[in-house]
Amino acid sequence: MEELLGIPVQALFGQILLGLINGSFYAILSLGLAIIFGLLNIINFTHGAQYMLGAFLAWMGLSYLGVGYWTALLIAPLLVGLTGIAIERLLLARLANVDHLYGFLLTYGIALVIQGLFRNYYGASALPYPVPAELRGGYDLGFMFLPTYRGWVVAISLAICLATWLLIEKTRLGSHLRAATEKPGLTEAFGINVPLLVTMTYGAGAALAAFAGVLAAPIYSVNPQMGADLIIVVFGVVVIGGMGSILGAIVTGFGLGLIEGLTKVFYAPASDIVIFVIMIVILLVRPAGLFGKA
Amino acid sequence: MLAVRDLHAWYGEQHVLHGVNFEVSTGEIVTLIGRNGAGRSTVLKSIMGLLHRRTGSITLEGREVLGLPSRTVARLGVGYVPEDRGIYTTLTVEENLFLPPEVRKPEFSVRQILEMFPNIRERLASGASKLSGGEQQMLAIGRVLRTGARLLLLDEPTEGLAPVIVEQIGRAVTLLKQAGLTVILVEQNFNFAAAVADRHYVIEQGHVVDMIPNAERDQHAAKLQKYLGI
Repeated sequence: MEELLGIPVQALFGQILLGLINGSFYAILSLGLAIIFGLLNIINFTHGAQYMLGAFLAWMGLSYLGVGYWTALLIAPLLVGLTGIAIERLLLARLANVDHLYGFLLTYGIALVIQGLFRNYYGASALPYPVPAELRGGYDLGFMFLPTYRGWVVAISLAICLATWLLIEKTRLGSHLRAATEKPGLTEAFGINVPLLVTMTYGAGAALAAFAGVLAAPIYSVNPQMGADLIIVVFGVVVIGGMGSILGAIVTGFGLGLIEGLTKVFYAPASDIVIFVIMIVILLVRPAGLFGKA
Repeated sequence: MLAVRDLHAWYGEQHVLHGVNFEVSTGEIVTLIGRNGAGRSTVLKSIMGLLHRRTGSITLEGREVLGLPSRTVARLGVGYVPEDRGIYTTLTVEENLFLPPEVRKPEFSVRQILEMFPNIRERLASGASKLSGGEQQMLAIGRVLRTGARLLLLDEPTEGLAPVIVEQIGRAVTLLKQAGLTVILVEQNFNFAAAVADRHYVIEQGHVVDMIPNAERDQHAAKLQKYLGI
């Protein structure tokens, strides 16, 4: 068997692919967190639960209503986005003028309630979700086998991240968002409806999490704890990228997924902690993160 | 155009304005003069709705605006240039210029604004953080002109600027007057204010204590010196 750096090539590329897939979820989730943090200044602890909700809505749609994957990929983010809008309008908006710690505690509480409700009704075991028929099978690339669904997850994640970045950096709406992030009071005094932007941003961030949840359903199976397990790592990604940095969230998400995958190849026991070790180092040498502004 | 009656305003628990009264007619340039800390900038922020705790009355063309959110005040045609210029450093010069929505057909087209301030025309694609203080001021004024605002609130537009830039800002303010726009100017540089204004309201300790028509400023030179602490 061919080897590279003493590692079988197939195992190496297999872990790189796995790293890219994990990185795809890190990137989409940290992107949503970064957008919300930038404008609302709160760390949205409900993000993991919103990711889980996306996966569960896909599973429930298929199990109870026969709604397929592609429809779920559109409907689940829309529904979770709407619940996000309701959470922001009815709850978070009331905390806008108090310490941001209260927003963090509120979103943490909402996450516990949502996860608790789903654990109560569906138990803690994983519920299977099939890969859609169009994306079954795979390609033999010679040096490795690429499952079609996994290739799709990486490609669509990259596309979503790129589209979100373009929306924020290159459009008029994006310039309003960046302005409201930098000087919310003055932006409002220029006639821009900042509270509406805040609400829609929270809804969009929640929808991104749900989109990632639907993408994850056929890979990781669906369970109430799936978001809570992932979100801790995603917080690490956001801190490393720089709180509120859009580009930082995307690059760091994919990059850290790859590093995590490669760590599995070279020293597997360290793979669960490598992101947190990097986070500690970054906090010590560059507290604002790789792409953040000090 | 604008009438301010018995305006009180607070920063937190600190009572800053104590019953301010003044009026501005359409097409006038009025300055608010006085010493630092007298409350002049607070008057502009209160008109704009940037201070939450206010009482009294502010009417814009007969419409009460005191309780309105600042975005609504802006959409009624009030353009604000804050003391720190309010330039967004994460946006390009062009994005800054086009940020506020147009509230009505502007007196000046984008081309005319860029002719008025050629420095910013050359730097449209640059990051706004790279502009000098004078260029930032030109961008801040150009930005509100683009919206078609009818009443401009300019807070210390010449502060910290080189004389040649002050002259350029002065020419721009004269053009605004010729175009029939109404301006309330908070200004420490009285020579600049005297060159462009119709009337001067003197503010001391959160009150309007005097009003001096610009044409009579020489008669009131001694009083003005006392008010300005020169």
